Amino acid sequence: MTDAAIATTATGRSTWERLRSHRDWMGFWFMLPAAGILILFLAYPLGLGVWLSFTDAKIGRSGSFIGLENYDWLSDDKIFWGSVFFTLFYTIFASIVKFALGLYLALLLNKNLPMKALLRSIVLIPYIVPTVLSAIAFWWIYDSSFSIISWSLIKLGLIDNYINFLGDPWNARWCLVVANIWRGVPFVAITLLAGLQTVSPSLYEAATIDGASRWQNFRFVTYPLLTPIIAVVMTFSVLFTFTDFQLIWAMTRGGPVNATHLMATLSYQRAILGGNLGEGAAIATAMIPFLLAAIMFSWFGLQKRKWQQGGDND
Amino acid sequence: MTEAGNLSKDLVKANLADASEGMSYLETLPQRIVTTWIPLALILIVLLFPFYWMVLTAIKPDEQLIDMNTYNPFWVVGPTFKHIYKLLFETRYPLWLWNTMYVSVLATLVSLIASVMAAYAIVRLRFRGAQLTGGLIFLAYLVPPSILFIPLATIVQKYGLFDSPMALVLVYPTILIPFSTWLLMGYFKTIPYELEECALIDGATRLQILTRIILPLAVPGLISAGIFSLTLCWNEFIYALTFITSVQNKTVPVAIVNEFVDGDIYRWGSLMAGALVGSLPLVILYSFFVEYYVSAMTGAVKE
Repeated sequence: MTDAAIATTATGRSTWERLRSHRDWMGFWFMLPAAGILILFLAYPLGLGVWLSFTDAKIGRSGSFIGLENYDWLSDDKIFWGSVFFTLFYTIFASIVKFALGLYLALLLNKNLPMKALLRSIVLIPYIVPTVLSAIAFWWIYDSSFSIISWSLIKLGLIDNYINFLGDPWNARWCLVVANIWRGVPFVAITLLAGLQTVSPSLYEAATIDGASRWQNFRFVTYPLLTPIIAVVMTFSVLFTFTDFQLIWAMTRGGPVNATHLMATLSYQRAILGGNLGEGAAIATAMIPFLLAAIMFSWFGLQKRKWQQGGDND
Repeated sequence: MTEAGNLSKDLVKANLADASEGMSYLETLPQRIVTTWIPLALILIVLLFPFYWMVLTAIKPDEQLIDMNTYNPFWVVGPTFKHIYKLLFETRYPLWLWNTMYVSVLATLVSLIASVMAAYAIVRLRFRGAQLTGGLIFLAYLVPPSILFIPLATIVQKYGLFDSPMALVLVYPTILIPFSTWLLMGYFKTIPYELEECALIDGATRLQILTRIILPLAVPGLISAGIFSLTLCWNEFIYALTFITSVQNKTVPVAIVNEFVDGDIYRWGSLMAGALVGSLPLVILYSFFVEYYVSAMTGAVKE
């Protein structure tokens, strides 16, 4: 190791030595692969996306700067506002139900159960299977003429005709929300369960001895201790729901009559299928303020966690 | 003092002894069935039903798929492997499966190497700005592919990588690196400094410390990050849909959505077979590494 260094001149050695052993330089070399990939394929495209939204770029032709024209155009576009509406609808409903069901499932799994580990691994399966593939299974379940749900309801005598699940705008919207909830509940449940397991049982015992009811146990022991992790989990959940693409694309592709376009699917349709890169980029860029709001929420969630644990956060 | 010590020890023991029971003795059996088992069973049935349906459809003969009145749709009489056979020998499915695996494994390897180095630098080298770098990487975790695919498509086009699996190998790490780095940072923090100091005194370089001391101790973290990354790659849809156009380069999720969907009412058998075969490798992997999956999922959230 030193042989090579001795052979070189004094100045050469110091520069070389500094480059390979100084803390900051070494940090730089170690960070290089990760930083390179992230800057080239994440930070740069993020900036480029914002720039593209101010141009009239088409596929195969780099556009010129046209200012806010894309946004101007979008502000009069009913389909765009429809997608904003459905994105918010989808995110809000799916997130609330995912949170409620996920928390409920986590509380159930946190009880003393035989085969706890097995139950937990079964619960996580919907999260492991590729979304597109389970979305296709849902598509088949929602089929207009062979749906098992319709068939069962008819046999039970509750309805007379097959339900047109994905052919009617409102039916389709609810069906997609249900599929999203189905996929998201395991993630929320398992991560919240991990949080619940860190709560010491002696707290519940103490509270129960003091006469706390089951609800009070939850409200005044579980909930306060769980808020930081809830904040983080829900931020991720909201973020992934808001930017969802796969479920919609595999099941409805935005139809019927554009009723189920999320902002992500609409931007794909306009940019890649329609060729209007600029307009698609403008729709994608319009998602950023919402994402920033979610990130701020996560930030304050994390802050609170440090404070709750008395600064000892390792 | 010692008495009190013994007493508290006894209490701890007593506590441990009935920790398995907890406060569950406060509930009677019927209560437990109503408040725990029935809801749990209902939720599990709903969560698993689509898979049951997927498997059932994949092995059902065509006439039973369509005729729901002569045959009970919830069961299958005389299962057939026709759909799966057709899938594996008459379509390009094996090729798509191979593409998916190849892209996932390569992207996972690239991102593991990059994240190990980055996580080590942030946690242990503590260069100037390490904290800030860690924060930026966390932010990168929150940037979703849905807002990046349009500009990335133009970049990929510019570098001549359009319609090449290499584009996916290069782009997938942007999803994986932030997550893996964050997870590995947590693992590296638990390894004592003293080990490294000894090695430094013995004349080891930083790279030697990383490969000979840190990595062997962080194997569980590497497995967690690795298999979770693999799952994410397998699952990825929007980049693969945008960057890959020719049939022979597609990955399983994209190919199923684009190549199998035609007007045929008998398509469901092969569609479900495709979905089933595409999910099985992940489910098998998952069943071997459940604990690692869970720690990957919760670790990234907890940190």
